[in-house]
Amino acid sequence: MMELLQAIEQMGQSLLGVAWVPVWTLVKIVAIVAPLMIGIAYLTLAERKVIGYMQVRIGPNRVGYYGLLQPLADGIKLMFKEIIIPTGSNRFLFVVAPVLALMPALAAWAVVPFADGMVLANVNAGLLYILAMTSLGVYGIIIAGWASNSKYAFLGAMRSAAQIVSYEIAMGFALVCVLMAAQSMNLGDIVHGQQGKAGLFGWYFIPLFPMFLVYLIAGVAETNRAPFDMAEGESEIVAGFHVEYSGMAFALFFLAEYANMILIAALTSIMFLGGWLPPFDVAPFNWLPGLFWMLAKMSFVLFLFLWFRATFPRYRYDQLMRLGWKVFIPLTLIWVVVVGAWMQTRFWLW
Amino acid sequence: MEKITNFFKTFLLFELVKGMALTGRYFFARKITVQFPEEKTPQGFRFRGLHAQRRYASGEERCIGCKLCEAVCPALAINIETEEREDGTRRTTRYDIDLMKCIFCGFCEESCPVDAIVETRILEYHGEKRGDLYYTKPMLLAVGDKYEEQIAKDRAADAKYR
Repeated sequence: MMELLQAIEQMGQSLLGVAWVPVWTLVKIVAIVAPLMIGIAYLTLAERKVIGYMQVRIGPNRVGYYGLLQPLADGIKLMFKEIIIPTGSNRFLFVVAPVLALMPALAAWAVVPFADGMVLANVNAGLLYILAMTSLGVYGIIIAGWASNSKYAFLGAMRSAAQIVSYEIAMGFALVCVLMAAQSMNLGDIVHGQQGKAGLFGWYFIPLFPMFLVYLIAGVAETNRAPFDMAEGESEIVAGFHVEYSGMAFALFFLAEYANMILIAALTSIMFLGGWLPPFDVAPFNWLPGLFWMLAKMSFVLFLFLWFRATFPRYRYDQLMRLGWKVFIPLTLIWVVVVGAWMQTRFWLW
Repeated sequence: MEKITNFFKTFLLFELVKGMALTGRYFFARKITVQFPEEKTPQGFRFRGLHAQRRYASGEERCIGCKLCEAVCPALAINIETEEREDGTRRTTRYDIDLMKCIFCGFCEESCPVDAIVETRILEYHGEKRGDLYYTKPMLLAVGDKYEEQIAKDRAADAKYR
């Protein structure tokens, strides 16, 4: 596999010279984004199936076997629908907002390693880049809410902005613990830091268990998923920031939400669940490629997301703020100190 | 003591895990979905579906135009006009039910002294343009003629409770 890639690279370099680098990067980008889009499409199906099963229903099963073509049918339907731009809206921002929501959700994938060395940009400040990109996503939502010129959209955008800003802090502190433990901000090095003889027990979710929970919950809040879907809140503010959107513009918000979910799942797997590492570094487990373990861990976290949605009722807004500011932030701050002190002792085994 | 256990339960997400265990159990439970066009749920003999007008075995229509159904209809879905026939009996010249207004309460059926207007077991009917679901007398009689056997059987099953 690696020899083949090297051979392709050498051949390309000799053929195209300087132009080879952008071409090869473009190929890599397509190789990341295309499976991601398919993943998003099938995540929507998985969501409907899983939630259906938990509600003792069977979910969509009419389009194709077991409803496997359902996402395709939904996509085609959305593509042929009219995009309505409200008269009172700011046309430019209204059109730009969905793009702004989706762009950071895709851009963040640049530094995510799928297996050892399988990464588009092996940046040393990868963690900072991820934090920056996930924070940018809120602009799409705020602009969408403001440009729609609708009270529900505006309320949804306000809620979402406040929520994302509050949970960003707790999330950042949780990641500070990870980078303290790994002594690196490079996502690949963070996974390498979890590698060891102990397999499963070397992963950071064991010493940083509270941070793992905080990160997971803050991740759910960041992506505006149930039980933190205050920004959409079907029963209170119809659909929140995207009430006025229809057709493909609406679909872009949908894509952004699901791309963010997959991203959070990938980051959780990398930072707490050992990324591409097998749970035990012994015979039957390490036969499978790293990519398989990475995808398996991501699927597990995504299943948790769907499970949460099927189980928990929506948080009230003040409770949400209380959880973010009065529980998570103090908890993470304390744990930063605890981990710092712990690392100075002989009992730090990671 | 209770305060302390509550504190730990909160931080260990005890209740949340309990809730998730419940939905997790249902994930593997047998599904109760009925696949509608292929499978159907059982119907009782009192099922209230599409309306029909019945006839006697002689072919004479049952309806005597008493307008009790029109009076009792809470949705004002029934419209009746009557006339004296040559043999001196009163019959309807017009008997319309607007199915878009109808709430399928079954009062018309209950109020009818001669069992003329009934509700059948038919639930899969549709209209393709506006006005298709405005049922007139010949349409109701046609439904009655077509399903008389089933209607009579259902009335017989219900007879001892009336």
